[in-house]
Amino acid sequence: MDSIISVRSLSKSFGRRNALNNIDLEIKKGEIVAIFGPNGAGKTTLLKIMSTIINPSKGTVLVNGIAAKEHPEKIRGMIGAISHETYLYDELTARENLVFFARMYGIENDIDKRVDSILKSVNLLKRADERAISFSRGMKQRLSIARALLHQPEILLMDEPYTGLDQHAAANFERVLMSTGDSDVTRIMITHNIERAFEICDRMLIMDRGEIRFDKLKTEIESVEHFREQYLSIVEKDTDAEGISNF
Amino acid sequence: MKKSLYIAAKDLKSEFRTKQMLNSMLIFSLIVIVIFSISFGDLLGQPDMMAKLAPGVLWVAFTFAGTLGLSRSFAGEMENGCLEGLKLSPIDRSSIYIGKTISNAVLMFIVELLTIPIFIVLFNYNISNIPGIALVIFLGTFGFVSVGTLLSALSASTRAREIMLPVLLLPLIIPVIIPAVMATGTILTDGGIGSISSEIRLLIVYDLIFFVVGQLVFEYTVMD
Repeated sequence: MDSIISVRSLSKSFGRRNALNNIDLEIKKGEIVAIFGPNGAGKTTLLKIMSTIINPSKGTVLVNGIAAKEHPEKIRGMIGAISHETYLYDELTARENLVFFARMYGIENDIDKRVDSILKSVNLLKRADERAISFSRGMKQRLSIARALLHQPEILLMDEPYTGLDQHAAANFERVLMSTGDSDVTRIMITHNIERAFEICDRMLIMDRGEIRFDKLKTEIESVEHFREQYLSIVEKDTDAEGISNF
Repeated sequence: MKKSLYIAAKDLKSEFRTKQMLNSMLIFSLIVIVIFSISFGDLLGQPDMMAKLAPGVLWVAFTFAGTLGLSRSFAGEMENGCLEGLKLSPIDRSSIYIGKTISNAVLMFIVELLTIPIFIVLFNYNISNIPGIALVIFLGTFGFVSVGTLLSALSASTRAREIMLPVLLLPLIIPVIIPAVMATGTILTDGGIGSISSEIRLLIVYDLIFFVVGQLVFEYTVMD
């Protein structure tokens, strides 16, 4: 498989704080990658740079061989994003939200047909003309999947998409997420839910203090418990080190 | 431009459903007009005095009501991360600025359209030069929202956004408010378009400068 995303020597600092420190990462087309790490590890910053929302301080991101810094609009057209924020307008109906974002992504033909089809795939067609404000958290997340996949992106970036979802809603979200869109869509997900990620992902990354400290295919990891131990050893070691240096 | 119109249409559709911004702007504007008409009640019989006071009253009402509306303009986009959703779309960031400027201007025009008849009745005016007053109000409002939309975006991500916006906005709109008040005064005392040509020129230059500058720097105001 070819790399769809190449991150080379990427660094980002906010003032004197380094959020990302010289990161290199290759992600192959169709891979499902989970990124773990404590708060402040740089996970969201990495995703925001990949989606061209923020510029790196150093280094490059290539998406399908296109430099993100030079052609951000082209890159944004290839990416769908799901977050704990829904990116939905509460006062618009589900259909109006999707039609609006379809137009933002330059979709002009057969908008209604495409919107109906994607609403059907996330089980919201019957409630298409209700305002988003009346939806439950789970329904809003399903609508945000529809919004993210509307323009048939090649890459799906997800930043803690399970936040605020109960067990049932999370399972439902996962089912819709995996069954909607093309199977060769590359999915990158930031999460704290090791069990769920272990079920659906091909590759697991652990980030800490702006660096990738662990990067293995799921097939190379013995079990969820083994991965959890690895995670805790990386995170706790650094926490201890920080404690000692602060002391 | 098409994307900007979609953004403006989305904003107006949302606003017409809740009327949160529109109602508060309108009530504020009318309260200002009514309070000033009561305060200056003794001067209503003195046309010379009223000609000096009334244009200022009208623009105080427009400016304060507009500031109130602008403070909500980007606050709505911050809910549910909608601004980030827009920033993730493959559109030029200036399209967001233009769309927001259009929707803010439309809301202000609606408030002005409803305020002026009350102003005419309470201040006992008879406006004969309707195209003249419409032109002055259009140019003044457009200049106001061009600056206001940019500063609304800038202050939306700050903690003290309600305080920050008027503090930044009011000094910057002085160059548009002064010619607008002077031109309104001239028009209300039966002056023709020819007698306000210098004010109109000033307003056009100001509008163009801020609309262009707004588009150029908007990207930096919404950058993370």
